[in-house]
Amino acid sequence: MSDRIFGLIGLLLAVFYAWQGTLIQESFIQDPVGPKAFPYIIATVLGISSLVFIVKPDPAPQWPVFGRFFEIGVSVAVMVAYALALPEAGFVASTAVAAAFLSWRLGAHVLAAAGAGAAISVGIYTIFHLVLGLSLAEGPWGF
Amino acid sequence: MDVLSSLADGFSVAITLQNLLLALLGCFLGTVIGALPGLGPSNGVAILIPLAFTLGLPATPALILLTSVYYGAMYGGRISSILLNIPGDEPALMTTLDGYPMAKKGQAGEALALSGIASFVGAFFATWGLVFLAPQLVKVALLFGPAEYFALFTLAFATLGGIASRNQAKAAFAAALGLGISTIGVDGQTGVPRFSFGEVHLYDGIDFLVAIVGLFALSEVFVFLEHHHGAADADSSKMKIGRVTPPISMLKKTAGAMGRSTIIGFVAGVLPGAGASLGSFLSYSLEKKISDRDRTFGTGDPRGVAAPEAGNNAAAGGALVPMLALGVPGSGTTAVLLAMLLALNITPGPLLFQQNPDVVWGLIAALFIGNVMLLLMNIPMVSIFVRVLLIPPKYLMPAVAMISFVGIYGISGSSFDLLVMIGFGVIGWFLRKLDVPLVPVILGVMLGDQMEKNLRRAMTISDGDWTALVASPLAMGLWAFALLGFVAPLLFGRLFRMKKREEDVGD
Repeated sequence: MSDRIFGLIGLLLAVFYAWQGTLIQESFIQDPVGPKAFPYIIATVLGISSLVFIVKPDPAPQWPVFGRFFEIGVSVAVMVAYALALPEAGFVASTAVAAAFLSWRLGAHVLAAAGAGAAISVGIYTIFHLVLGLSLAEGPWGF
Repeated sequence: MDVLSSLADGFSVAITLQNLLLALLGCFLGTVIGALPGLGPSNGVAILIPLAFTLGLPATPALILLTSVYYGAMYGGRISSILLNIPGDEPALMTTLDGYPMAKKGQAGEALALSGIASFVGAFFATWGLVFLAPQLVKVALLFGPAEYFALFTLAFATLGGIASRNQAKAAFAAALGLGISTIGVDGQTGVPRFSFGEVHLYDGIDFLVAIVGLFALSEVFVFLEHHHGAADADSSKMKIGRVTPPISMLKKTAGAMGRSTIIGFVAGVLPGAGASLGSFLSYSLEKKISDRDRTFGTGDPRGVAAPEAGNNAAAGGALVPMLALGVPGSGTTAVLLAMLLALNITPGPLLFQQNPDVVWGLIAALFIGNVMLLLMNIPMVSIFVRVLLIPPKYLMPAVAMISFVGIYGISGSSFDLLVMIGFGVIGWFLRKLDVPLVPVILGVMLGDQMEKNLRRAMTISDGDWTALVASPLAMGLWAFALLGFVAPLLFGRLFRMKKREEDVGD
């Protein structure tokens, strides 16, 4: 069943991609096949392989239970928040929080996770910024 | 022999204090990365590319650092296979079959030392193979025109699913997905934006480094979150090593196995779509067929440790041949190495050998140096690397995720790239669940631009006549191979997989 749904999504993607392809503005500089031909070929391959999934699906993989799904979702949300927070709060603070969260969700005790988060953040900052001179995001406090 | 004099020039490039130190650092990091479960050659090197790139290392030193990591990771994968029965990376899977039983018999140190020597033998001779074979391939590749290149790229994608692929449609889907992603952004030939939905950030296209780190490294973090492996700690009581030098008699007994496996591994590495996993698998199976007279394989036979290790390291060297000479990688790890070259603004292929011989031969010399360093490092220092296994994933994986973010943020300093990377991580996790291979996606993102360019160039030359793609005998040959490579797994794949499963459970 998973493969059928995946095939359907793939098929929609192929159609969407081909449709977007038709919208490409042609330029006055032109080569014989133009900017649309290659996308059409790709859309065809995408579409055909998606049809194969629908016609001949593999056995479904073992999906995690809902709770786990939710957990991965929350972790993704934390990473997104991290990406957006970086320029605002600076590298050290945001990284400590994000790393602590991930470590906690991977099974560390809350206190241990908080310590790990701080250690990872300061460790990366020391090695990559202070020693190697890589520029990391600067927050209101300059680190 | 102009090959040898080029190689000598390469050594003069590689032997500077800075480069030697970088090689040493790379070997050490690589072994650690290979040893850690959840980090292998592909995602380990993937995380380091953006870092090497943002640190502003010049091309040759950066290459030396990263290839040392690549070879080092190939060495490191065996440590957890032998001690914990968990392969540190995919090619090290076959090493668990005899390595772990040896460790259980109290011969862990011997198994580690023997596999280190076997790795050295495999990698050393494969690098010689690279030295002599790559320039020959370059001569052929110089005859390629745009139509032949287009056929060659198709060949690479068609065979990438490989003999071990479960589902060719999924490999094709993955390749098309990657190629589709590569068309995002302003079209290089006519200057019109494609698939960018008016988003300025997308005009430059999607950086393949963002895609690689997301698909390989972040999706691994999600896999760990899914299974909560984070809690599993390695048990230090299993880590008794014992003597770390193998007896001479054991080396004599395994010499034949190493020799045969090196050749098989090298050939498997050169062939497109095979790579190190197949190299180690074939070496082990063949060695079992030849030498297993007393049914000792699977119960801790030293030859069963030497064969797959020599095989996978030889394949790692062999896989560099098509990557350097044609610019078309045949496996996941070489795809990542290609990404590294492209990030450094070096396009591999026949012209590289003519225009930047210092880069090519410096790199090859670095492989030799790294190899010797790895051998010297791995025999006496193995107990240090073993400690690395004790780092629990619950602390390791967050660090991996954060270093990935640092690398990508360093490239452009924009949150947008980070969001795209997270997106790739999620897609990568779903694709892995659905058994869709990720390597064709990466390769599509990297090679899509070149593939299209060659197609359109060929069409411009022939003025829109599509039959030009199959006009020359060379192109026809490539198309035939591509077709064969795509269809053969459908016919033989079932047989091969059944055998592999037999081997996998046969411990």
